[in-house]
Amino acid sequence: METLSYHHKVPQRAAGSKRMAIVGVVASGNLEVLVERVLPDTHCELDIKTAAEGFGAVWERVVADFVELRSPGGLRLSVNDGGARPDTVALRLAQAVRLIEELEP
Amino acid sequence: MSTAPIAKRDAGDQRKAVSWYEASARERVRLFLDVHSFQEFIGPEKREISPHLRTFNLPEQFDDGMIVGRGLLEGRKVFIAAQEGRFMGGAFGEVHGAKLTGLLRAVRDAQSIPLVILLDTGGVRLQEANAGELAIAEIMRALIEARTAGAKVVGLIGGRAGCYGGGGLIAGCCSALAVSEQGRISVSGPEVIETNRGVEEFDSKDRALVWRTMGGKHRRLLGVADMFVDDTIESFRLAALHLIRRSSRFDTDVLESEQLRLSQRLQQFGLCTDAIDIWRAAGIGDAEAIPGMATDDFIALANTIREPRYDAR
Repeated sequence: METLSYHHKVPQRAAGSKRMAIVGVVASGNLEVLVERVLPDTHCELDIKTAAEGFGAVWERVVADFVELRSPGGLRLSVNDGGARPDTVALRLAQAVRLIEELEP
Repeated sequence: MSTAPIAKRDAGDQRKAVSWYEASARERVRLFLDVHSFQEFIGPEKREISPHLRTFNLPEQFDDGMIVGRGLLEGRKVFIAAQEGRFMGGAFGEVHGAKLTGLLRAVRDAQSIPLVILLDTGGVRLQEANAGELAIAEIMRALIEARTAGAKVVGLIGGRAGCYGGGGLIAGCCSALAVSEQGRISVSGPEVIETNRGVEEFDSKDRALVWRTMGGKHRRLLGVADMFVDDTIESFRLAALHLIRRSSRFDTDVLESEQLRLSQRLQQFGLCTDAIDIWRAAGIGDAEAIPGMATDDFIALANTIREPRYDAR
């Protein structure tokens, strides 16, 4: 297992007011993303635990793309990865933010 | 106009469209219960993860593959537990099991609120074998205590992992079970039987054999499962509602009646070597046609052959 952490400053906070959301499953080629609204509005953190070691450079780029595209301010995303491909990771990160931005019932 | 009716209608459509087999445990729970009614206990944000998997350098899941909580089913209070069959094959570990044990104790204390368990498991997680085995024993004890206190515990089986090992034992303790064609119920799985007894005894690669021996249709015909349902969230929801409403006593008379049912079953079918022989012995004319039969036709047939014995189990 390898642990990776990223911290980004972002221009704006993620929409909505939900405190928490979760998406995905930890299985081969899949991952789960737990997203929590716990940080100041201009900060974003990602904590990743992955079964596939040695892919730090790829994670860094996928995370940078995600942060630039979504500006997930105020969010901490915690990832448990079962060796997903970068496109699956990008999809799950986007899904997680979309879920926490949904209006509460 | 409020948006609630629209949300409800959407959920109704989704329930009919979404496959139980394909859905994740969280999707099943969300769509199974009334809209927005689910309240999770010890949710993923609590990070109550397995203390053992890191020893084996294996990935963890924040809910350890077990979701527990409460919600509403057609406006009626229910407790709910769901296993994620894709995480470690839905297998029972220490935390995974403890969450269900704790929920069952809450069910026991509440007495009149039923529990629905969405089983999807290969059995005990080998990496935490002793803790997992203990968890199974604790769950069975807590389940029996909940039923003794008057609560109903309904098992729903139709996931990828089926319901094997200790999961099969837990299923056997439930007040009632509903199963889909994809759901399999057994203790030893196909590969386990083949490994221990040889390929002549059981060929785990023969999918047709696996399904007609352990699959939902056979389990319904044998009376292991009370209802056979389509592979949709809606079908499982309707079955659970029916099984919750059904009266079910739980006392020594019921257990004696169950014991009698099982010994009669052994007498009647003990010499059969294949499920098809059992179906034939049960009086089904065209037994070979069963595996290919559509759900509605099969349910109609199963109801003509034998009503599940409500005085047993």
